Amino acid sequence: MNDELVRDTKLSGGVVAEGLSKRFGELWALRGLDLQVAPGTILGLLGHNGAGKTTAIRILTTLSTPTEGRATVAGYDVVQHAASVRHRIGVASQQATVDGLMSARLNLELVGRLHRLSKAQARSRADELIERLDLVEAGNKLVKTFSGGMRRRLDLAASLVATPEVLFLDEPTTGLDPRSRGDLWEILRDLVRDGTTLILTTQYLEEADRLADDIIVLDHGRTVAHGTPEELKAQIGDDRIDVTVASPSELVAAASALAGVASNDPSFDRDLLIVTIPVRAGTRVIDLVRTLDDAGIDAVDINRRQATLDDVFLTVTTDRNAAGDNQ
Amino acid sequence: MSTASDVRVAPAAGTESEQKSSLKELWDDSLVFARRNLEHIRQVPEKLIEVTVQPVMFVLLFAFVFGGAIAVGGQSGKYREYLIGGILIQSLAFGMTGPAISMANDLKEGVIDRFRSLPTTKAAYLIGHFLAELVGLMVAIVVLLSSGFLVGWRARTDVLRIGGAVLLLLTFAAAMIWVGTWIGLLARSADAVQGIVFTVVFPITFLSNAFVPIDSLPNVLQWVASINPISVLVQATRVLFGNPTAPIAKSTWPMTHPVAASWLYCIIILVIAVPGALRRYQARTQD
Repeated sequence: MNDELVRDTKLSGGVVAEGLSKRFGELWALRGLDLQVAPGTILGLLGHNGAGKTTAIRILTTLSTPTEGRATVAGYDVVQHAASVRHRIGVASQQATVDGLMSARLNLELVGRLHRLSKAQARSRADELIERLDLVEAGNKLVKTFSGGMRRRLDLAASLVATPEVLFLDEPTTGLDPRSRGDLWEILRDLVRDGTTLILTTQYLEEADRLADDIIVLDHGRTVAHGTPEELKAQIGDDRIDVTVASPSELVAAASALAGVASNDPSFDRDLLIVTIPVRAGTRVIDLVRTLDDAGIDAVDINRRQATLDDVFLTVTTDRNAAGDNQ
Repeated sequence: MSTASDVRVAPAAGTESEQKSSLKELWDDSLVFARRNLEHIRQVPEKLIEVTVQPVMFVLLFAFVFGGAIAVGGQSGKYREYLIGGILIQSLAFGMTGPAISMANDLKEGVIDRFRSLPTTKAAYLIGHFLAELVGLMVAIVVLLSSGFLVGWRARTDVLRIGGAVLLLLTFAAAMIWVGTWIGLLARSADAVQGIVFTVVFPITFLSNAFVPIDSLPNVLQWVASINPISVLVQATRVLFGNPTAPIAKSTWPMTHPVAASWLYCIIILVIAVPGALRRYQARTQD
C-alpha cells in the first residue's frame, strides 16, 4: 500500500474538519462543523440528544459521508481514503456494538483478525486488553450475559485492539454508575498520555470539563460554543443562583435587584417562577438574601449550584431565545 | 528528484501484487466472518434444529405414520424412498430462516457498524455470512440423507447423477440463503422473520409433490403444483437419485424436464435475490 503518498503528514495523528455538514432529507443534522484536534489531545463534543454529536462521529469514522465539507483523520481524508482512516482509528459507538453470542475474548480476537493480526497476535492482544479493562473473570463468558458497564468496557477494548492513533467514543459513560465512570476516565487519560488522540461526545459538562482539552458545544447541528473548558466556563460564569419567587411580576424585579452581583444576563423560567443568575466567584448567599429583602422581593427559595449544560445552552443561545420570546 | 521517480514507479510495480493481496485479504476476512457465524451455531445449537431435528421428525412421521396411507406407483413400501427428495427440498427451503434471522439480529445489534469501521470490506462480511450458512445447510443435507438411509432410502444411480443431485441441492441451498439474507434485510426484526418465512414456505412446499403425488390434488392445484419450483426440484432430486416418482399429472415443461428446469429455477432465484439483497444491504448500512 502506498497510502503514505496521499497522507498529509502535518496532520498525522490529529483530526481536522472544515465546514462538515450532513443533511437527512430536509433536516441538517450537522451544519458547518470546524474543528482541529492536535495529536495526543482530547476534544469533547458536548450537546443534548439530537445535537449532531453522533452524526459528527459517524462522518469522522467513515460510517457516513458528509453532505458538505471535508475532514481529515490521522492525515487521511475520510471520504477519499476511508480505508486508510479505518486502519488508524478505534470507534466505540453509543450502542455497544459487540457480539452477544460470542465470548469477550472471541469478540476481541475477531476484531484483531480483521485488523490483519496473526492468530497468535490477536489472541495475545485480546488477553492484554481483557486484563487492562478488568474483564478477566468475564473473558470467556458470552457477552449477552454482561452488564451494561461490562459491555461498554468490552466495546472500548474492541476499539483499542489495533492501538489506534485516533479514538472516537460516542457517549462512553452514558448509563454507567459513578464508579465505572471514574474508572473509564482513568483509562482514557492513560491512553492520551501514551499519545492517542481522543474525540468523545458527552451530555455531561462535568465529563467534558474533567477530560477535554478543548470543547465544542453543539445545538441542533450547529456549533454554539468552542473553547477550552476554562474559556467556556469564563463565558458561562462560575456558579448559578436560582431564585424562586412568589409571583411572575417579581421575576424581573428580582433579576434587576441582583444585577450588581450577576456576571452575565439572567434567564427566566416563567412556569416555575425561577430566575437564574450567573454570579461571580465569592458571592455569598447571605448577601443575596439581604439584597432581595431590601428590594422587598418575596423569595420562596434560593439555591446556589454549579453551572450545568443547560446553563451553557441558555447562555450561548441567548440571542435565539430572545427572538423566540416574541412568538 | 529520487522521491519523484519512486512515486511514479511504485504504483505500477505494486498493482498486480496489490490486487492479489486484496483478493487474499477478502478471502481471509470472509473466513473470519464465517467462523464468527459458525461460533454462533456452536453457542446456540438450537439454530440448527430447524434444518436438522425437524426434518428428521418429518422423515419419521411420514415414513411410519402417514406412509402406510399413501401409495406411490401402486406400492406403499416405496413411499419412504419417494419421501426423502420431498423432505430434502422442503428443509432447504426452510433453510432461509437461519440466514434471515442472523442478518436481522446483526442489523439490530449494530454490530455491522463495528465491522464497517474496521479495515475490511462489506463483501467479506456478506461472503462470510453466506459460507457459514452454507456449512449449516450441508450439515442438514448429510443428516437427512443419513436418516433416510436408516429408514430404507437408497441412491440407485451412478456417481455422476448422484454428484449432480448433490450439486443441485447445494445450489438450491445457496439460492435459499440469499433469499433468506434478503428477507433478513427487509424485515423489521428477527421475530418478524419467522412469520414471513413460514407463511411463504409452508404453502409452497405443501402445494407440491413433496409429500403426495400431484394427481391426488384438485385439478386447479395440479396446475399450480406442476409449475411450482419445489415440485420441480423434488422431481429432479428423485430422478437423479433414482428414486420412485409419481406419474406426471399435468404435462408442463418443468415437470417433463425436471433437472434442466431446476437449474433454471435456481439461477433465476439467484439472479433476483443476490442483487436484491446487496442493494438492500447497501441501503440499510448507509449513513
